[in-house]
Amino acid sequence: MIELVKNTKIDFMGLKKYAFSFSAMLVILGIVGTVQIYRGKANLGIDLAGGTEIQVKFQKPFAMDRIRALLAKAGHGDATLQQVSGENILFLKLRALGKQDEKMVADPVVTLLRQSLPDNPFVVESVSEIGPAIGHKLRKDAELAMLVSALAIILYLAWRFEFKFGVAAAIATFHDIFSIVGIFWVLGIEMDLLFITALLTIGGYSLTDTVVVFDRIRENIRLRKKVTFSETINLSVNEVLSRTIVTSMTVFIAVVTLLVFGGLVLHNFALALAMGIVVGTYSSVFVASPVVAIWRGEKMTEVKR
Amino acid sequence: MWKSITGRITLIAVLTAVSIIVLLPSLTDRLPAWWKDSMPKINLGLDLQGGVFLRLQVEIDKAIENTTMRYADDARAVCREKALPVLAFQKVGDDGFSLRFPPGDFATRAQATLKEEFPSLDVSLGEVKADGATVIARMKPAEIQAIRTNAVVQGVETIRNRIDQFGVREPQIIAEGDDRIVVQLPGVKDQQRAIELVGKTALLEFKLVDEGASVDEALKGNIPEDDQLLYQKSTDPQSGRVTKTPMVVKKRALLTGDTIKTAKVNFGNQGGGAHVSLSFDTRGAKVFDRVTAENVKRRLAIVLDDTIYSAPVIQERISGGEAQITGNFTPEEASDLAIVLRAGSLPAPVKVIQNVSIGPSLGLDSIQKGVRAALIGALLVVVFMAFYYRFAGMVADFALVFNILFLLSGMAAFSATLTLPGIAGIILAIGMAVDSNVLIFERIREEIRAKKSVRAAIDAGYDKAFWTVVDSHVTTLITALILFQFGTGPIKGFAVTLSMGVAINLFTALVCTKVVFDYLNAKKPMQALSI
Repeated sequence: MIELVKNTKIDFMGLKKYAFSFSAMLVILGIVGTVQIYRGKANLGIDLAGGTEIQVKFQKPFAMDRIRALLAKAGHGDATLQQVSGENILFLKLRALGKQDEKMVADPVVTLLRQSLPDNPFVVESVSEIGPAIGHKLRKDAELAMLVSALAIILYLAWRFEFKFGVAAAIATFHDIFSIVGIFWVLGIEMDLLFITALLTIGGYSLTDTVVVFDRIRENIRLRKKVTFSETINLSVNEVLSRTIVTSMTVFIAVVTLLVFGGLVLHNFALALAMGIVVGTYSSVFVASPVVAIWRGEKMTEVKR
Repeated sequence: MWKSITGRITLIAVLTAVSIIVLLPSLTDRLPAWWKDSMPKINLGLDLQGGVFLRLQVEIDKAIENTTMRYADDARAVCREKALPVLAFQKVGDDGFSLRFPPGDFATRAQATLKEEFPSLDVSLGEVKADGATVIARMKPAEIQAIRTNAVVQGVETIRNRIDQFGVREPQIIAEGDDRIVVQLPGVKDQQRAIELVGKTALLEFKLVDEGASVDEALKGNIPEDDQLLYQKSTDPQSGRVTKTPMVVKKRALLTGDTIKTAKVNFGNQGGGAHVSLSFDTRGAKVFDRVTAENVKRRLAIVLDDTIYSAPVIQERISGGEAQITGNFTPEEASDLAIVLRAGSLPAPVKVIQNVSIGPSLGLDSIQKGVRAALIGALLVVVFMAFYYRFAGMVADFALVFNILFLLSGMAAFSATLTLPGIAGIILAIGMAVDSNVLIFERIREEIRAKKSVRAAIDAGYDKAFWTVVDSHVTTLITALILFQFGTGPIKGFAVTLSMGVAINLFTALVCTKVVFDYLNAKKPMQALSI
């Protein structure tokens, strides 16, 4: 039998002071990040903020400075350029100016590049243009999706577990989501619809570990293995520690493969998922259970349902 | 059936056979036609096969305004014919206009005439002052509603006609909400051309050139009241340079494109490039005959969407109902022009508010990257499980194969759309699939440590882990289903693969693995389990 962790007796509840400070930091970061998103000060993808994205593949290597200068002359000084080395691929991102009747600019920009760089022909691999109105709509949809899933998860947990457990699990989930938003915001990584998708997926998946721990706590209270609730939590977390780690690890392996081999489109998505799995595993041990313990007190009353 | 091992094995075997039959046509072309053609297939999303996604905003207000202006021009023409002097003209909102007449009974007579001529207008008398009286005309609400509905319904129809003639396999053109149209053109290679074809209003008008008006004065802003300043654009085929020639034309269109019966591309015998030949329907031919007869030796501008294509001098009366549009077209331009003229103009102009175009090479690249990532991911997970749980891990891997097979064939059965995030969903589902078995195996290990027999430990492991497995699936399913509900295009694809993968996993992880252990335990209980 190969075992990653064996008969651990870690005092998780004793560590809760440190864990809570660390988590509070992450969550505050996330809240600041969220506020900044709403103030329009975050690196939002064009599908949420509106704008234009063009991907072209040149035949020969190109000079970024030259292209930057060309775009600046055409009034696109705020363009973000990104280069895939070795493949002669150029990404252009132009922000929408926020006006309702903003003209689509992809076509003129492509024409400009074609005419200015006649000795280096290119293929337009993709164009994505999103007017501010649609960006706004997609953002509203995303907000609604997050709200509805939060509600649905709380309802499910309230049905499956005692109320306080349900709330604690929900707190752990929000902790995970805010943490990822915070980290992405601090690092200035672009947040787009796929990022929101990753957040929701993390929300659903990080509950898995929490549920595993809670199931065990419920069982151990029934079996009266320990005298206090904190001890029961410590025992339960230690008992299921190996499966918490192994389940997260298999998904982590899959996500890291995606991160490494999935290409640029899925890169940030996979990055968010990978971070989410780590944070989610941490929170099911260090956030969800301690919250229940603090709220419930040390009484060993049986968990309903 | 659940108790009997043979029953379960039969069920799995049947499901596998059906899955393979359903799935194979999606994976390979080398199958007999009766098989290939009778099965639903997995669709590839636009991000994988390349293509164009357009969301159009139908500018209904502009359509209403345009219609109003057309009524206003017609109304003034009628007044002129009836010798009713219009002193001033003014727009009233988007859907009305007012005309001022000198004192006397001019206003009342105008009101009666306009009422009779334009049944779709509400015509009323405005204030009567010493220096004259106004007549106010507004479009009737029913008429406005008709324009509103027609703008989208007819717009969808027209765009579909154009796309059908352009030749796109399985285009999707649907109305969205009250004033939007979504156009999906999978596999289109010439994307810019397709976008122009869809977005062009294609309002063709024949207008007389006002030779009496000075172009220089018009450029300064002094345009006669009934005239407008339009430009003729011509592209030099060698240098690609575009020249714009201003021209003053009459506002009123003598004939519009809705009377066109057919339009086709012809090539001039002087080698002057392609031109488009039109033939009018009976009504159009009659009007064209009258117009050309009345205006011999004058210039007639052929205007498409407020751009003059050509302005030939009418040499003689044209009775055959045929006309030509020339203008240095490339064959593609001429062909597209013929298409939009045949399919008719859009009832209201549209604005592209979302455009996602993926080139075919990028799509292919995405498929290759995605499939490679999925294979490597699956392999790593499989190796990890076999390494960590030995024999039991291999049993879980065995179930994983069924999980992936059923997932793909399920997608084929529903003709689901596979997108790049969808491939990511499959990879994620693979990682999550073995989680169920991890939970069960860890439980079995605990039972074995508690000195239970292997057989009892396995049964207890499956039993006690069951609800934990279900819980973990449900929470993931909830978010995946919500993503399906709210997500668009590629993200919907992610929700589809993830939710199907997780749902199918409940069967494969619980049933497909358990039957292996039960089979091994059937004849002689296992003494040891490599787990």
